[in-house]
Parts: sequence; C-alpha cells; structure tokens
Amino acid sequence: MDDLYRDYILEHYRRPHNFGVLEQPTATYEGANPLCGDRITMMLGIRDGVVAEVGFTGRGCAISQASASLLTDEIKGKPVDAVAKLTTQDLLDLLGIEISPARLKCALLSLDTLEHALAESGVAPARGAAS
Amino acid sequence: MAIATEQPGVGAPHGGTPLDPHAIRAEFPIFRTTVHGRPLIYLDSASTSQKPQAVLDAVNGYYREYNANVHRGIYEIGERATEAYEAVRASIARFINAPDVHEVVFTRNATEAINLVAYTWGRRTIGQSDAIVLTEMEHHANLVPWQLLVQEKDGDLEFIPITDEGRLRLDVYDVLLRLRPRLVAFTQVSNTLGTINPVREMVDRAHAAGALVLIDGAQAVPHVPVDVQALGADFYVFSGHKMLAPPGSGALWARRELLEAMPPFMAGGEMIREVHLRRSEWNAIPWKFEAGTPDAAAAIGFGAAAEYLMALGMDRVRAHEHDLIAYALDTLRAELPQLTLYGPPAAERGGVVSFNVPNVHPHDVAQILDRFGIAIRAGHHCTMPLHERLDLAATCRASFNVYSTRDDIDALVDGLREVVRIFGD
Ligand SMILES: Cc1ncc(COP(=O)(O)O)c(C=O)c1O
Repeated sequence: MDDLYRDYILEHYRRPHNFGVLEQPTATYEGANPLCGDRITMMLGIRDGVVAEVGFTGRGCAISQASASLLTDEIKGKPVDAVAKLTTQDLLDLLGIEISPARLKCALLSLDTLEHALAESGVAPARGAAS
Repeated sequence: MAIATEQPGVGAPHGGTPLDPHAIRAEFPIFRTTVHGRPLIYLDSASTSQKPQAVLDAVNGYYREYNANVHRGIYEIGERATEAYEAVRASIARFINAPDVHEVVFTRNATEAINLVAYTWGRRTIGQSDAIVLTEMEHHANLVPWQLLVQEKDGDLEFIPITDEGRLRLDVYDVLLRLRPRLVAFTQVSNTLGTINPVREMVDRAHAAGALVLIDGAQAVPHVPVDVQALGADFYVFSGHKMLAPPGSGALWARRELLEAMPPFMAGGEMIREVHLRRSEWNAIPWKFEAGTPDAAAAIGFGAAAEYLMALGMDRVRAHEHDLIAYALDTLRAELPQLTLYGPPAAERGGVVSFNVPNVHPHDVAQILDRFGIAIRAGHHCTMPLHERLDLAATCRASFNVYSTRDDIDALVDGLREVVRIFGD
C-alpha cells in the first residue's frame, strides 16, 4: 500500500550510500529544515572540474536521508557543470516516488544543500536557489 | 437573545455518569468524513479541535439570521448581534468562573492575549534588569513575546527547568523567585508532555515573592475544569479553537484593577469613548482592548462551545480524558514496548501522549498513519526549547478531546504496528 516507502527508499535510509565525512573536502555546507529537524551536511571534493568525492552526514526522515543518498550516488564522478544543472524534477525522478507538497521540503533538502556547497566552490547552480 | 444556550444535540446535563464519547462523536459532523477510504481517526486535538453541530449551528445562525456589526446598529439585527456577542462574555466568564464579566477581553487567540499583556502591562511595568520567570516547557506563544519585551527593556528571562519525567523543578523555582521577578508566566497544561502543573501552589509562591502570574490556559480549558479565582491567577489566556470553538476566538481574563490600569493595546474604533483630533479617551474595560470590528461569528461559536462543554460537565470531560490517557499509556507500553513515551503518569496529564518510534522520524510515522486515516502531529509542536532540553529533533503526539474513544487508540496501535513492520530491519 505504501508508494512512498518503497523498499529501495527504505534501503537507502537504513544504509545510506556515501554516508560519512570527507578528509579534505573543497566545500562543505550544512543544510537544515528546522521545522522538521532534518539535517544534512554535504561535503564535496572537486578536482579538475569533477566531483571526485562526495560525502554526507545528517539525520532526519526517510525521505530526506534517502534523497541525499540517491543524489550523492548520482553526482559522484560527474563534471561540476553537469551537477550544477540538476533540477527539482531531476531529483524527484531520482527518488521515483510521489512526493506530497508537505514532504517536498524533506525531499529537496539534499539538493538545496548541494547547491549551497557548489556555490561555496564558486559554481552557480542552475536553479539559482543558493544565495 | 440567548443563542449560546441553544444546544441542539446536547440536552440536559448528563449528571454524574461517565461521558459517552460515541454519543458525543455523533454530534461532530466531521466524523462522517472518510480519509483514504477510511473513517477519520483524529488524534491532533491539541493542535485544533473539531466542532460540534451546536457550534456550527450557532455560527451559521448568526450569518443567516442576524449578521450585523456589533455595538453599532440601532436596528433589530444589530441589537441582536450585540446581545449575542455580549452573552458570550457571560458564558466565558461562567466557564472559567470569572467574578466579573467585564474582566473577560475577547482576543483572536491565546497568542494575541499574551501579546496584549506583554505590550500593555509589560511595557509599563518591566524595566532594566527586571526578571520574568518562564519555564522550559512553554509554547513559543508564551516565550517569544517575553523575549521581545526584555530585549526592548533590557530585562531578564529566567526559566524553571523540567525533570526528565516532564515535571517542573519547584526547588529551582524557589531559587528563581529570590530574584524578585515582576512576572511568572507558565502553561497550566503542557501541549507536548501533557504535564498538568501545580498552578495554585506556584501562584501562591509567586505572590509571596511579589510577582504577578500569567497562566497560559490554551491546553487546559479543553480538558480540565478551570476556576480562575481558585487558581489565584492574575492573567489567564486561552484560545477558542482548541475547545471546540472556531479559530479567531479567544480570551484574556485579568483582574479588573489590572485591566483598568493597563494602557490600550490596539487603537481604533470601539476602544474609545471620545475622540478629538489630537487626543482620545478610552472606553471602559473590556472594550478598551477590543479595537476594530470583531469576528462576531467566531465569538458566538465560542460561547456555544463553552455552553456545550459546561453542559457535558468539565469534571466528566476530565474523567473521560484521564481514562483515555491511562488506556493509551498502558496499551502503547504493552503492545509496542519499543516505543519511547515522554511525560508524566496519567494522573498528572491532560490530553496528550507524545512518543517516538526508534529509528523512525516522526514525519514518517505520521505519513504512514495517514494512510489509515489517522491524524497525529509530528514535529516540535511549537516547543523547540523543550525538544532541545530533551535532546530530540521531533516527537509524535497523539492528543484527545471529548469525542476521542478507546477505538481511536486501538487504531493508533494498529497503525504503529504497520510503521514498525515497514521500517523494521
Ligand atoms: C500551551 C499553548 N499555548 C499557546 C498556544 C497558542 O495558541 P494559538 O495559536 O491559538 O494562539 C498553544 C497552541 O498550540 C498551546 O498549545
């Protein structure tokens, strides 16, 4: 019955990919949804225009944490230019589940945090959300 | 015109017998609604309550039969509206046993009532280094207005800490009172832990130390009998929407001499006696604090809700909810021992049960329960400092009202079993 809590979402929540601290990140950003208590710290290791390494830590709901897990898998090894072009829809496609408006903030926390980390590295994200 | 005493569906007071929540529930049309194809199981009454037919009829009756501005029209329906509006003041005064109806000031909600006190009494009274004592369990509504006030006046805030069971540390309270605070402000019933605080004892100690006391009754009036005289309070505030009335209704009660000495809050029509181009004279209390056209329909619903609860009998409401809380705590502990429950035992608790499912975020719990038509609150419930104190990002909260039944709790337990099944490793 649960479209939201598909097995792969729960699997990413229980055993998130790329979870952990980078030794030498070139950019780090901590994002939070204070209203729900979701937190994600995103660390990037950008070398030669490529996201060579990525790690995150955080706590929060299954949607926010699974989203960070899926997103970090997606961007690892990709050119920063391509990563900067990711859209809200790209993230929702990665999640592959129907997200209600009330949970959109949870789903998008990882992308928001990534964009802030990119901005710290001097890359302007396409969504222009980071400021 | 006694709109507030027209009580379709309530009838005579039910005597000393226990409430029949199933009969009461039948008087709340919303429970005919289905959610995801299932009957609504509403366990978020601490957030806002559902409304009985009597309240809906009172509001509707105003709009359909005598919609007019209050205190204005020299014509039949205008007078009828004014009479009904002022009759609500009398109902509310009886509901909290206020000695004088003119001590009841209508506000939009508890938040506005607290701000009213902070902006009028507070700005007049609080000076540099003056202390206000609050508690760690306050709703943001009884915290942030005082933060603004002490920032402006260079005063100080002090906080009564809580024990791990969610009781106030009265030993520390005594120490804080040695600072000779001007005001002690605290909630009668915690909206997150359910703790019923020992108000009378705390008021007596505050008065002995020379402080006035504001009681936040937002979570008390729906659940326990309230008698402002017996409590000994100086200010008492509450919202209508949590006690079966429409949003936009609420009240401040304060002793007459306090209200009379306080400057006005908002300025405009209704709150004045005489207006000249460069000066005005204020109206008598309570109208001095009621500037502008009020939400008369909400107020009339407020009166109907107070009458409805008084007809049920607040002692019986309290007994019913005590039974539910005890049942909820026992059942959750027995059926789902892995849950973490917060707050004191049932005897010291009003209306709410907060908990966490290990390794599952409250939002996920709430989302899965929603599939079963079960509405609970997930988050910090406007008590962020309390959650910080408990070292929690968020909690799940199930809360009750007169229409809640043991069946609701059984449904919650079934829903939580499904949460555990989905998230279980
Ligand atoms: C204890 C307490 N105080 C104050 C409030 C504020 O009520 P309102 O938003 O109706 O002003 C609430 C509402 O949640 C509450 O639970």
